[in-house]
Amino acid sequence: MITYKAGKQPDPREFRLIFKNVDREGWDPSIDCYLRDGGYEDLRKAMGMEPKAITEEVKKAGLRGRGGAGFPTGLKWTFIPPNNTKPVYLICNCDESEPGTFKDRYIVHQDPHQLIEGMVISCFAVGAKVAYIYIREEFPEAAIILENAIAEARAKNFVGPNVLGSGFDVEIYVHRGAAAYICGEETGLIESLEGKRAYPRIKPPYFPAALGLYMCPTIVNNVESLCHVKHIVRMTGEEYAKLGVKNNTGTRILCVSGDVKKPGYFEVQVGKVTMRELLYDMCGGPKDGREFKAVIPGGSSAKILRCDEGFTLKGKGPDGSDLKMSFWDIPMDFDSLAAVGSMAGSGGVIVMDDSRKMSWVLNNLNTFYAHESCGQCTPCREGSMWMKKISDRIVAGEASPKDIATLESVAYQIDGRTICAFGEASSWPVEAIIAKFREELIADTKPENESVPHNPEAEAQRRFLQPA
Amino acid sequence: MSRSLLEENVASPETPGSKFFPPFVPTAALEAEADKRLAQFPGDQKRSAVLPLLHFVQHHHGYISAEAIEWVAARLEIAPIKVLEVVTFYPGFRQSAPGKTHIRVCRTLSCAMGGSHELMEKLCELTGIDRSHADSHHHPVTVSPCGNWSVEFAECLASCGTAPVCLVNDDFHEAVTPDKAQALLDAYQGNTTSH
Repeated sequence: MITYKAGKQPDPREFRLIFKNVDREGWDPSIDCYLRDGGYEDLRKAMGMEPKAITEEVKKAGLRGRGGAGFPTGLKWTFIPPNNTKPVYLICNCDESEPGTFKDRYIVHQDPHQLIEGMVISCFAVGAKVAYIYIREEFPEAAIILENAIAEARAKNFVGPNVLGSGFDVEIYVHRGAAAYICGEETGLIESLEGKRAYPRIKPPYFPAALGLYMCPTIVNNVESLCHVKHIVRMTGEEYAKLGVKNNTGTRILCVSGDVKKPGYFEVQVGKVTMRELLYDMCGGPKDGREFKAVIPGGSSAKILRCDEGFTLKGKGPDGSDLKMSFWDIPMDFDSLAAVGSMAGSGGVIVMDDSRKMSWVLNNLNTFYAHESCGQCTPCREGSMWMKKISDRIVAGEASPKDIATLESVAYQIDGRTICAFGEASSWPVEAIIAKFREELIADTKPENESVPHNPEAEAQRRFLQPA
Repeated sequence: MSRSLLEENVASPETPGSKFFPPFVPTAALEAEADKRLAQFPGDQKRSAVLPLLHFVQHHHGYISAEAIEWVAARLEIAPIKVLEVVTFYPGFRQSAPGKTHIRVCRTLSCAMGGSHELMEKLCELTGIDRSHADSHHHPVTVSPCGNWSVEFAECLASCGTAPVCLVNDDFHEAVTPDKAQALLDAYQGNTTSH
């Protein structure tokens, strides 16, 4: 019987697999504690399997990457060229930087051995003898916890030469980033690990599974994804696939922040919880006297949704009618959120109530992306800065209605024109906020501002302007 | 890149915090760190150790000076520009000294909604810091006149559910509403070790 710390009990609608030990009473990150709980038994089981059989189980499980793109993990593993003779690397992406996302933090701080066990199994499956945990610089304590945990696992022969007498050797190293969001992009991460600026590589040809770290086959997986591998080995792929819904299997951790009564993390079966259940039942609804206004459902790059929205889905119902869905009935899974024009992304749900001005929200996000653009591709480097400048003007009351159209056109000129997905990540929030809150944004502008050029001399003349 | 060129390109102006950090000199500990990190990468990929070594330098000396860049470049057998380009790219590296206690307040959406801008204002008021010349790209860090404190806005620290949050040196603090700013500073007031 697992008990949790006072005030940290999971919601009854949760299904705790990855977060089983988070906030657990009497739990600590040491290997002794982990072993008492049956830790590393799944590694033992995996070592008795064929590497290919583990990959098959992961495929059968239908595991989709939990970092943001939702790409099938097992399929990613099979992209290593079959005739490969180079060393294979595995990288754990612990750069958790997507605003709104805070799940990996709790895994690496509280349950590091779960990650290490998942990593060793994954290394065995893909044939990697060296693995790196690329951890964001802002988790200094976790970097130490992980290094200690690796040393403990090494002392017990779960990591190192000849793991559990299997003849398989694996080393895991912790590598700290340096506060750059772009390192969460897998090819940017690889460049960073090579000691360079984290400029993402173009795909093709640089698919990491073929040409990754040091131009060798490299598998980059998110922390949560690697933890799931351990549970898939224990449960078998078939059993794991019974969790969640079709094509959206297993559990995932939803991180809710912003304007709700009880923000926090909730591990649920994918697709088994709707937006209404999540925000009202699990998070306690809006703050007193407030109403929900808008939700970003999958990390700041995901397109914003209005809470009063309704959607017409693709296809027809059995009687030939349109398939309708209200915002509140959206199931929290990859395919449903894609069907309503947003994405499940990294699971970071940011909630805004009616006290928030969307121009302010937009400007906050634009400031983030302008700061984090790596600067490699012109549309993104310049565009993210222009978008910030325009939203700065909107917030300052110095924008004209035409600026909204300009902002929108800048966003659409970034989208799809960059090497990595940062272009979309920075432009989607702008596109969506304008599409859904155009009137509100225009209400923050003044037509007479159109006559003021954007330079310091002109700004000084602003005082002579009369409202039109 | 010659030494003088490097010095021209590395801006490490004196700050009130400089007095708390020893100038860069290669130490046995740094050598040991270099050996440890280089062992983690293939022999022909020494460049991979640049981030860990710069972290070590910044941790002990507060910032990364031209001398440090020169040393790291020589140790990794790469041109100094390859180290400098890393220092200038990553927001996690500084080229001048912060305060003895460095506070990074999360600026991004959920924390901003939770009051992180108000927290920053309060911290500046209590420490006498004037952030009016700060800009996120070139001058993110502002040091108090006494050198004991510095503040910086950080982008999402990944704890959005407990907003507003901040990192003080290497310690993480959550739910730091503006009314808790004084208590936070008090906890570091007698701080004798810098980061």
